[in-house]
Amino acid sequence: MILTPRTLVDKIWEPHVVEDMGDGWALLHIDRHLLHDLSGPGSLVDIKRRGLEVGQPKQVLAIADHLVSTEPHRTAESSPVGAPMWAVLKEETDTAGIEVAGAVDPGQGIVHVAGPEQGFVLPGLTVICGDSHTCTNGALGALAFGVGSSQSAQALVTRVLLQRRPRQMRVTVIGTFGTATSAKDLALHLISTLGASAGVGYAIEYAGPAVTAMEIEQRMTLCNLTVELGAKFGLIAPDEKTVAWLEGRRLTPTGADWIEACAVWQNLHSDPGACFDREGQVDATGVEPMVTWGTSPEHAIPITGSVPSPSDAANSDQGRSWSDAQDYMGVAPGKPLIGTPVDWAFIGSCANSRLSDLRAAAEIVRGQRVPDSVTAWVVPGSEQVRRDAEEEGLDRIFTEAGFAWRRSGCSLCVAANGDRVPSGARCVSTSNRNFVGRQGPGAQTHLASPFTAAAAAIAGRLVDPRDF
Amino acid sequence: MTPASFTVVRSRAVPLLIPNIDTDVIIRVERMMSQDPDTLAKWAFESIRYDGNGAPREDFVLNDPEYVGSEVLLAGDNFGCGSSREPAVWAVMGLGFRCVIAPSFGDIFAANCLTNGVLPVSLSAHAIEQLAAGARRFEEVTVDLPSQEVWIGSHSWTFEIGRVHKLMLNDALDEMALAIRRLEVVERWEIRDRHESAWAWMQRRHAGLDTGEDSL
Repeated sequence: MILTPRTLVDKIWEPHVVEDMGDGWALLHIDRHLLHDLSGPGSLVDIKRRGLEVGQPKQVLAIADHLVSTEPHRTAESSPVGAPMWAVLKEETDTAGIEVAGAVDPGQGIVHVAGPEQGFVLPGLTVICGDSHTCTNGALGALAFGVGSSQSAQALVTRVLLQRRPRQMRVTVIGTFGTATSAKDLALHLISTLGASAGVGYAIEYAGPAVTAMEIEQRMTLCNLTVELGAKFGLIAPDEKTVAWLEGRRLTPTGADWIEACAVWQNLHSDPGACFDREGQVDATGVEPMVTWGTSPEHAIPITGSVPSPSDAANSDQGRSWSDAQDYMGVAPGKPLIGTPVDWAFIGSCANSRLSDLRAAAEIVRGQRVPDSVTAWVVPGSEQVRRDAEEEGLDRIFTEAGFAWRRSGCSLCVAANGDRVPSGARCVSTSNRNFVGRQGPGAQTHLASPFTAAAAAIAGRLVDPRDF
Repeated sequence: MTPASFTVVRSRAVPLLIPNIDTDVIIRVERMMSQDPDTLAKWAFESIRYDGNGAPREDFVLNDPEYVGSEVLLAGDNFGCGSSREPAVWAVMGLGFRCVIAPSFGDIFAANCLTNGVLPVSLSAHAIEQLAAGARRFEEVTVDLPSQEVWIGSHSWTFEIGRVHKLMLNDALDEMALAIRRLEVVERWEIRDRHESAWAWMQRRHAGLDTGEDSL
């Protein structure tokens, strides 16, 4: 029998179709559901208001992250905005029988860091969360995507969502990364060359030798930034590294279930000859440390580059938006970004807050000193990451250099919990969004890798991390 | 939020053709504590709609009194990209819009529109330029869901929409209700999946973070 070659997405999508709704739409089964403290309470209250119930509470994991305080001695009440939302999340998850972690719990963290870290996300599963960066979880070979709070509520009750089968794109990455260059730079490179809407309607599979060579945490960074490319799904086929990374985690299967899962995952990859709607190749060797100059992740250039001129834009609408972005950011067309003084440095967020990210930053920071003009923060992605980092002494490297070492949460990536970059202050940030006001009204954000952000924190200005 | 029935909408259209307007621009995170569309509408597009002192910017199209009552928003490429926040759609609804026309939308924003009975229409950038030219002369735009057409003057374009969503918009059906009607099918799928892929189902909780016994 000859089987039609199938893609990774096909192999996850097809068995999850509960009912074909026509025109490419299907009721898709949702296997795992993450909730957080910003969008989760609304979904749970909506369910209660309608007199409905959560259908499979064991398949749901709730973690407070967006609104928690990241102060060292925090409690669940430390964040004035977060405290009432946490109270609702705690009450409603307890009622529904959903496991929940808050500010003082050991399993707390950013959902897309703490969820997979605890083995909640597995290859071949469908995973949702009321959060656009749910695509991060695709790094483990799951079909993971963000939804709004209404769809989240619906899936809590019915475990299905009306979804359109996505178009499929494969990005093959060859070559090897240069010094002080990482998955973050690759992602920013892709977004700047393809554009922030290139992935609209697509699921993007990353493949190729440079992806195989990446550790799981770097793959998570790459998949995390996929939504900034416009695609709500980014994923990577599971391999030996994935299996080794998952084995023995708190919520991963055990015994015969584990053996069976591993056997299923062996076949979870795009077959040779599988058809994609769009294919592209990128050489990691040529990727330089990247930094953004504007207010969209597509406004990214190599750190050695110059801010583009609006007159070089593809059309007048784009030119105007470049010009507005440059006004907001206080950068000038034609001028290099290197040397631009920074006031803040943020190492954290679901893009870059895992142990390997903190190690990368610490490598640059060790024995150095942040100037008085810079406020520098490290916010570990989860309490587990924080404990692991402290065990190997990373916290001391940062604090001795003048960084604040904080507790886990979304913090300055979303600026919803009281952590905020002041208006007019310039922040180099390892997060994923440089939108207008994202880190606080009037705050100016330059997205970069942990290497580049750490180097800028030490230098007090944007610098090439390869010079460190 | 319960959607309203959508068939034909005819009104002036507001041209806001800036590319990559993200949902943070549509509604800032600290404004999301309200779910009321009127409250959200007050803060919609805050960072580009008001000046540093909170006064409406005269040169911003949404502040132009000529467009009060418009039900159609003409937007740039990748409208609603970024965060999955549904209050962005509620804010757009609060401003009175029932249809947004753009070359492309953030995928999650478009899904949230459909959930709330707002019609996202994708047309070519060229078509939107033509619509915007008419809209700037305050010509009315017609969005006809049954025939899947957008009209201005004598120009028209067809748009795509899935059969289920067309029905849901037309009948003001909510997705939750549609899925609940299929719960038996879902349960059958789950019984089979638990049997065939037991590994995919959460079986246990470990000590330290224990939340009780598994029911299955």
